[in-house]
Order: sequence, then structure tokens, then C-alpha cells
Amino acid sequence: MNLRLVRDRAARRGFQALTVLCCVLVLPILGGLAIRSGPVLKTQPLWRVLFSSDWSPTQGQFGLLPFLAGTVYVTLLAMLIAVPVSLLTAIFLSEYASRRVCRCVLPLVDVLSGIPSVIYGVWGTLLIVPAVSALAGLGGSYSSGYCLLSGALVLSVMVCPFIIHVAREVLAAVPRGVREASLSLGAGKWQTVKRVVLRRAFPGIVAAVVLGLSRAFGETIAVLMVVGNVPVVPRSLFDPAYPLPALLANNYGEMMSVPLYDSALLFAALALLVMVVAFNLAAKAVLGLARSEAA
Amino acid sequence: MNGTHLQVRNLSVWYGDRRVLRDVTLDIPDRRITAIIGPSGCGKTTLLKCLNRLLETGEDVRVQGQVLVDGEDIYAPRVEVTHIRRKMGLLSQKPQVLPMSIYENVAYGPRIHGERRRRELDRIVEHYLKVASLWDEVRDRLHGPAASLSIGQQQRLCLARGLAVGPEIILGDEPTSALDPRASQNVEQRLGELKRDYTIILVTHILRQARRIADHVIFLYLGEVIEHGPLKEVFGNPRHDLTRRYVEGEIS
Repeated sequence: MNLRLVRDRAARRGFQALTVLCCVLVLPILGGLAIRSGPVLKTQPLWRVLFSSDWSPTQGQFGLLPFLAGTVYVTLLAMLIAVPVSLLTAIFLSEYASRRVCRCVLPLVDVLSGIPSVIYGVWGTLLIVPAVSALAGLGGSYSSGYCLLSGALVLSVMVCPFIIHVAREVLAAVPRGVREASLSLGAGKWQTVKRVVLRRAFPGIVAAVVLGLSRAFGETIAVLMVVGNVPVVPRSLFDPAYPLPALLANNYGEMMSVPLYDSALLFAALALLVMVVAFNLAAKAVLGLARSEAA
Repeated sequence: MNGTHLQVRNLSVWYGDRRVLRDVTLDIPDRRITAIIGPSGCGKTTLLKCLNRLLETGEDVRVQGQVLVDGEDIYAPRVEVTHIRRKMGLLSQKPQVLPMSIYENVAYGPRIHGERRRRELDRIVEHYLKVASLWDEVRDRLHGPAASLSIGQQQRLCLARGLAVGPEIILGDEPTSALDPRASQNVEQRLGELKRDYTIILVTHILRQARRIADHVIFLYLGEVIEHGPLKEVFGNPRHDLTRRYVEGEIS
């Protein structure tokens, strides 16, 4: 056979194998976590593990509710802060800012997204925690500052650059002709942005937000450093929280003499994974809906 | 104010250091079709976009001179540009439908300008879709997405959308270049009918198209107006050698 054909075929097979490998990698992760978290589910029912807030490993009680609640609260609060800020920034950069401003700001945004998360953690401890503590004092309540709000603030700063970057690119990809069509009908700039550009870019913007969201869910170290890590369901912004990733990072590998402890932690990991995947799938569904509507 | 709706006075345009229009002075005749012809890259589209100030949306662009719309210089400082743009409908090379339904595309302009009454909007949409001879094809799916129309239908939708804000002038930037012959013919026919009520300016690189529908021709070459006048004179009896060579197909 022709050597070129052989080479061609080999390359094709090689790429195919690598693609399959990447896709299959999820299965052992899921499977491993599921198998290892089996023992804890044998001693108590699933709903009990998920919805009990009694976390006392030495007594054999593994209620994950505080951690689930901590994860969801910190993440959603962070998104609530980050999304409006990021989207408005992205709109400014793509629609209003001159090229020179973009050239200065965009690299800075990318630097922000490249900073190691420990540094955000340290910065949060030095700056955000005392500030939040003072804020709580102003409101007449006491807080150490290691709390839900601090975690969400630090997390939102970390997520912003990602959303800004993707959202700006999505907005810049809206064809100029569509803008000109709207302007030539006598629409103002903001009317054009609001009614045409954002509408056209909507699916991409959803994608940008989801990208930020999945990052926020998994972010561990920076949040762990400022959030307080007390396993109770937080009742206010100034209460400490304990998200799942922090639980895992703090405890896995220690206290392994406690029976079922490691199984409970791996179940927590599985819960985190399922949660992120579920959010991603839901976002995909929204995206599909938005695409078919925008088309 | 005598003279025409649209007058260009000593207009020059630079992109960075490159001068793309040189000292253009023109009166565009009212209620006629004026074709801007000339080789690629000679400034046809730039000239067209100057007329409704779409050019300033790009950067590093410098404009000198005047464009007078009903006697008002649109490049004067502190001119409110939206009411000028409203006087001109734009048809681009590729039809640019807005990301919304067919109905909403036509209603977009009137809504922007404050029309809220549902019945009035319905009337406007129906009227201008009929003018663009699109009504019969879309009356049953007015609320379907505009992007689902064929490209020829999209261009007629853009025409209806432009007319719905009540312009006096229609600007076309090679509006048939993306269309198949039948759709092109349809659009050309519409323009032929519309010149009774509108001043139409058309960029085209198809000489036969200019010959078919234009009353007046502007020949641009490397950013300069070489010759302009009634179709018969420019094509039949060109005063300038460059024009003769262009219309005879020697240069293109």
C-alpha cells in the first residue's frame, strides 16, 4: 500500500484513540468515587447523608447538608456579584472603549485570571476579612470576618476575569453589519447594544457565565482560607460556611482511622462532581433553547 | 434652500495615512437612482457610508468636508446623528436581519422612534412588507425568526425595515451581490418602483446593473470622482478617457 495512505490512516487512528481516551477518563473517576463511597451509604440512607446537618464523624454521623449549603451559597453569591460587573465591563470594552483602552485593559484582565489562587486567599485574609468584620460591626453584629460574604467576595474577584474575557469575545464576534443595520434605522448606541447586540450574543454570554460558574464551584484554596470552615448551615452573610472542596482539602488523608470517614469524604467528592455536571448540563439545555430562539 | 436633498461638498476621507476619498463634490438628484460605479477599492462603499455617518464607527478614520442633508451638515459638531440616519434606509451587501422575528424586524425602527400602538405597528408592518413585495410570502409566519427566510427574502425584509422609519433616501451597497439572479431582479424591480418616492443611491460593480436601472451615474476612480452625470452621457458619450475605458470594460 502507498506509504502516504498508511501514514494518513495511522494518524487518524492515533487521534481517534486519544479522543476516546479523554472521554473515557470521566468514567473511572465517577466509578471510583461511586464504589469507594458505597460503605457510608450502606450504614445510612442517601437522603440522610445529603440532608442531615449532623456532621460528627467520630459518632458515625455524616450529614453533608452544611457543606452542600456552603458550596451553593458561596458560589451563587459570588456569581451574583461577579456577573453584573463582568457583563457591564465586557460591554464597555467591546462597544464603547477605544482600541487603546482595550489594549491596556485586556492584558490586565488576563493577568488577573492567571494569578494563583493562594494569592487571592492571602489577599482575602489580609484585606477582605477585616473589611467584612468591620462591616458586620457597623451593622451592629459581631463577625470574625471569616464568613460566607468574604468567601463570595474573593471568589467573585477570581471569576470576573474569565467571564469578562469570554463575554467580550462573544460580543466582538457579533457582525458589524448587524450593528450598522440598527444604527442606520436611527437607533442610538445603547439601544443598538441592548436590543440587537446583546440579543444576538445571548447564547455566548450564557456560556461565559457557565464557564465562570463551574470554576467557582470547584475553587478550593482561596475560599477555604477566608470562609471560616465551620460545618453548620450558614444563617446570614456573616456566618462562617464550609464548602465541599474545602472539606475535602482540609480532611482527606487525615483522621483516616475513623471508620467510614474516608468513604464519607469520597461521597462528598462525588456529590460535588455530580453537582457541577448537573449545572453544566442544565446550562447546555438553556443554551440550546437560547440558540434556537436567537436564530 | 434650493438644490437637492443630498449634497456632498469637498469631502475627503483618510484611513490612517491613506486617503481614500479626494475632494468629492456632488449633488445627488432627488427621486432618481444614482449609481456609484468604479473598480474595487476605489472608495465606493466609503462614499456611501459617509452619507449617513456610519463611517465614524470605525477607528482611525478622518473625514473632512461637508455632507448636506436637506441643507444640514451632518459632520458639523454637535449634530444629533440619529435623526439624520433615520432619513436614510441602508441595504448592505449581505442582508443583515436583526436577531428577532420578521414582524419585529420591520417594527424595530418605528418602536425605537416611539411608536407603541399595536394597531399602528401592525399597519406599518403590513404596509411596508407589501411595498417590498414580501407580504404574501410571509403573512402566515410573521412571528417566525427572520433568519429562516431565504437570502433574497431577507434582503427584501431589510428594504421593508428601512422604509418603515420613513426615510427620504435609500442607500444600497451592492444590495444584490449576494442574491441569485431571480432575487436580484426582484430587488431591482422594487428599487425601480421606489424611485418615484425616494432618492436612491446604489453602489454597484456590475455595469449592466447600472445600465439597467440607474438614471444618473458617478464614476469613482482611486478615490476621485472622474465623471458624473446622466446615465446616457456617462455611458454613451464619456468625457473622460478613464470613464470610456471603464465602461467599455478595458479596465475593471
